[in-house]
Amino acid sequence: MISSTPIAAPPALFSADGLVGVIFLVMIAVTIIGGFIACNSERLVRAVAGLIVCFVGVAGLYYFLNSPFVAMMQVLIYVGAVAVTISFAIMLAAPEEQKKIGVSSPLIGPFGFGTAALIAGGFSVLAVRTEWPAIAKINDGSIKKIGIQLLTDYSMVFELISIVLLIAIIGALVIARVERKN
Amino acid sequence: MSLTLLNVIFAVVVAIAFAAANAAYLVWAERRGAARIQRRPGPNINGPFGLLQPPLDGIKLMAKQLIIPGGADKVLFIGAPVLAMYPAIMSFVTIPFSDSIVAHNINVGILMIFAFASTGSMSLIFAGWSSRNKYSMMSAVRAVSQSVAYEIPMLITTITVVMIAGSMDLMEIVHQQSSSILHWNIFPLLGKSHNILMPASFLIFFICTLAETNRAPFDLGEAESELVAGFHTEYGSMGFGLFFMGEYANIVIGSCMTTILFLGGWSCPFGLFPGVWWFLLKLYLLIATFIWIRWTFPRTTIYGLLNLSWKILIPLSLVNLLLTAGLIKVF
Repeated sequence: MISSTPIAAPPALFSADGLVGVIFLVMIAVTIIGGFIACNSERLVRAVAGLIVCFVGVAGLYYFLNSPFVAMMQVLIYVGAVAVTISFAIMLAAPEEQKKIGVSSPLIGPFGFGTAALIAGGFSVLAVRTEWPAIAKINDGSIKKIGIQLLTDYSMVFELISIVLLIAIIGALVIARVERKN
Repeated sequence: MSLTLLNVIFAVVVAIAFAAANAAYLVWAERRGAARIQRRPGPNINGPFGLLQPPLDGIKLMAKQLIIPGGADKVLFIGAPVLAMYPAIMSFVTIPFSDSIVAHNINVGILMIFAFASTGSMSLIFAGWSSRNKYSMMSAVRAVSQSVAYEIPMLITTITVVMIAGSMDLMEIVHQQSSSILHWNIFPLLGKSHNILMPASFLIFFICTLAETNRAPFDLGEAESELVAGFHTEYGSMGFGLFFMGEYANIVIGSCMTTILFLGGWSCPFGLFPGVWWFLLKLYLLIATFIWIRWTFPRTTIYGLLNLSWKILIPLSLVNLLLTAGLIKVF
């Protein structure tokens, strides 16, 4: 799947490479469609369903990018844990179906679209202009190698994730304190 | 390439057929077992030993009308039963039945099976929510709290086994247990683990499998004396059938995982007749235990269920994890 030449002639549709390409496109479509459902549905539970579709699409992209470990972790954590927790919270909070409340935040509309377009454009430019180094495959299934890689070559990522989790915990505590004061 | 494509199609067909056939005939086995335990005749009219009952039931269910309650969320209502069946079918892709009988052995096999198994509770949530029925809703809330509670000790126990094996490859885990019966992970001393708590670990895993598949005595999600039929109250026809088949397919997956992680997979006890039948023997013995437990124990309460997980199983599995880690370091 890793080809050193960037974009050559497109492979024939019914060759192995062609089918892989089709699956890649399907995964991208699934991700985008899931995102649309998550943002635009009126019922919260449907939005969660859309979010799950989106997560599964992203997991498919990881698998396509030769990282089955990350793909499975994506499904296990985001679909199996995060989405389940979100739907649990929705059910505890509002069992009846919730219509979307029309919040008119200044970010909705042209501003939101502009921001999104800017971010998407920036990432596209980055993705196309960067010369991507070929990274050696590390996921041979042995826990030891994954652990060593996480604590040596990819320690930056590891630390960043812990900061994100720390911020999430602090945020939860802050929200809980405010609620309790009221 | 065409050969690989044929292989893929063959594997998919076999996986689906195996899941469906097991689901159908385990219903028959369950009804026969229940009848035997309750001292009454089970389904024994259609065919020898009533073996034609499952296909006939299937035809009956498919011929029935699918009623969607008014006010239900149609998309999720129809999607939920499909979600109930698919994790099991996906898992069969990577479960090795013997050295050669495996559709596609990926090196993170354990992770894949738990990843898809963890999405199974989504089907209960969607079914309960989309039915627009208070009983279904209550059942969905119960099912979620149950699956969250029991996934933790299950995964911790699995991490223990993965630490012992040093690999997430299911084939590799079985190979490491295959030298003799005393090397199976359930036995503490001769195997790689040296951990005297491994039998407890096996029990924790088995209890969690019972709870994760919503089986009695943990079937709080469909407690018929309190919640009518729980999340599938509003489902008739094949929607109900799919939930039922999904439950049994999940039992097969749970028993497969118990066999592979603790009972040495297809490795034979004393070098007797090595082959895939040892795997099947262990698998169906475990499934028979599932049926036996269901018709022997009364249902627990929801508090009993949650207490068992948070106060007993999680601390025990954590102790076990620490002990195993320490012993691996020492030896």
